[in-house]
Parts: sequence; structure tokens; C-alpha cells
Amino acid sequence: MTSPPLFELLLRLGDDRLVLGHRNSEWCGHGPILEEDIALTNVSLDLIGQAQLFLDLAGAVEGKGRDADALAYWRDETGFRNLQLVELPPGDFAFTMLRQFLFSAWSHGYLAGLTEAENEDLAGIAAKAAKENRYHLRHAAEWVIRLGDGTEESHGRVEAALAELWPWTAEFFHVDRVDEALAKSCHLPSVETQRADFEKIVNEVFGRARLTAPEGPGRMAGGRRGRHTEHLGHMLAEMQIVARSHPGATW
Amino acid sequence: MTAKPTDDVGQWPLWEVFTQPPGGKPHEHAGSVHAPDAEIALQNARDVYTRRGEAVSLWVVQSTAIVASAPGDDGPFFDPGNDKPYRHPQFYKTPRGVKVF
Repeated sequence: MTSPPLFELLLRLGDDRLVLGHRNSEWCGHGPILEEDIALTNVSLDLIGQAQLFLDLAGAVEGKGRDADALAYWRDETGFRNLQLVELPPGDFAFTMLRQFLFSAWSHGYLAGLTEAENEDLAGIAAKAAKENRYHLRHAAEWVIRLGDGTEESHGRVEAALAELWPWTAEFFHVDRVDEALAKSCHLPSVETQRADFEKIVNEVFGRARLTAPEGPGRMAGGRRGRHTEHLGHMLAEMQIVARSHPGATW
Repeated sequence: MTAKPTDDVGQWPLWEVFTQPPGGKPHEHAGSVHAPDAEIALQNARDVYTRRGEAVSLWVVQSTAIVASAPGDDGPFFDPGNDKPYRHPQFYKTPRGVKVF
């Protein structure tokens, strides 16, 4: 892996949002009630919109003529740089909401740093994403609280989702050469700051939701290096089939 | 404000949504949403009625809190009184000496 750090960072930012947006969009038409169906679809559209901006910029930085569509539809699984957390299937409503909450809680501090990046295009996209993320965080947090502090069944479901999701959050805080190379120019928060911001939000919401973050080691995850779970390939097959079956098609 | 979580058929309570357009205009009725409580009602109203920049402010109120006139009231309740011309300002002549703008 020798591609320039900024290109890698933009792929990570774009792929996290493309894959999570796609996973959330699987709820479209299946939401528990009409209003939540619309809300989840809105969140998906925000995330996919952010992905388009990050990936277009990635293509421009790369300088080989690839745009967001080329990157989204014509890379294979090993080319994707998203966290493994976001590629897991949507599960039940508690799993989907809790995952969105955890991702938004981590993104909150991370995007705030990026809005100060030297690259003005990146800073501008981060500012838009940070604004949208504040609403995603509010929406998901309110649901986590209601599920956790709700009925016996809702509490059991969100607790089970937490047990499954929590180990994957370790990947948020994995630092490699890309983060180190860009820490200054992109104003990336340090791991300690990221973790403190994340834990502050999570502890406040978990307190109200009667949830406790599990103890124990996180998973060794390699999403940033193109190593993925079995789930991403299946998702990409579905996401990419139309573009690959009809290359260059327009309507 | 808390509401009874669900009604007898397991449906969340209904909330009426009022949106305020930009420019200081009054809040207008936009429609309704289902929600288990006030915060979720506000969020659902935001997602259903304000995503294209239609509003700068939102009100939600439980539908059961609204007192409404009955459809059968339309005659006696809303009689415009067109046969009572003195109810309209045009009935009165402007006295001499009053400047009309």
C-alpha cells in the first residue's frame, strides 16, 4: 500500500459513509413506522451525499480521472477502506440505531478536527458532514435511550446489540501511517482526544439508557487496509451490479 | 410532556405539526405525525415536513389537546353576517377632516 496519505484518508471518510448509508438504506420500506422509515432514509441520503463529496475529492487528489461513481462501483472489496463496524448487516432496529449512534458519536469529534484542515475542500466537506452528523447523533441517541430505558424486550435487544457491536469500536482508535502523516495538516484529533470525546457522549447516553459498555479487548480489525468481513462482498455485489452490468448507462 | 405510549390498537399517539416559514410569518398547520413522546414527535416532524428548508421553527402538539369546532356548526357558528353590513368597516363614512391614507 503506497498510495498518498490524503487519498487514503479521503477513501476512509467516503467509504465509511457509503457503506453505512447503504446498510441504513436497507430499511427503506421496512421501517417500524412510516415516520421512522423516512428518518432513516434521510440519514442514509445524508451519508451517501457525504460519501459522494469525499470520494469525488479523493478522485481529484488521485488525479487518474476517477470520480465518486468510479470509486464506488468499480473497486472490489479489498479496495474499500471502511471500518468493519459499518459493513455488518443491519440486524434489528436496535442494532441499526446503536451502530448509527456509536459511529456518529465517534465522528462528532473527528469531523470537528477536520473542519480545520489546511485543504479547504476537505474542511468544507467536513463542516457540512459535521452539521448533518449532529442531527444523526441526536436522533440515534434519543432512540438508544428509549430502547434501553423502555420495555424488557427493547432493553434486551439493545443490550444484545451492544454486546455484539462494542468490540468493533476499537477500530475507531487504531492509528497508522496515514493518520500520523496527516495529523498536522488535516488537524486530526489525537487518539486520546478522540477517545475522550467518544466516551463523554457515550457515557451520558448510556447512563440515561441504563446500558453499560462491555469490558474486554476490542477486535483486531483491518478495514482500513482493505481486510473485511464476509459481509462486505455480498453487500457490494448488490450495490454494484447495475453499474457493472450496464457500464456508462445514463437515464 | 409525556403521552400514553400507545393507544388501544398499539398505535403511537398522533401529534399535529405546525411549521413557521422564514420571514417571521405565523406558524401554519403542516400535517400530523405519530410519536411516542414530544422529542420524537419533534424529530419526526422535522424529517417529514422540514427537509427542504420550509421552516425555521416547529411546534408539535398532541392532537387530543386541540379543541375543534364541529362540522355541523358551519351555519350558525360561522355565519358571516353579510346581512349585517355595520359589521364591516366599509359601512362607515369617513368624517370630514379625517385624512384618508
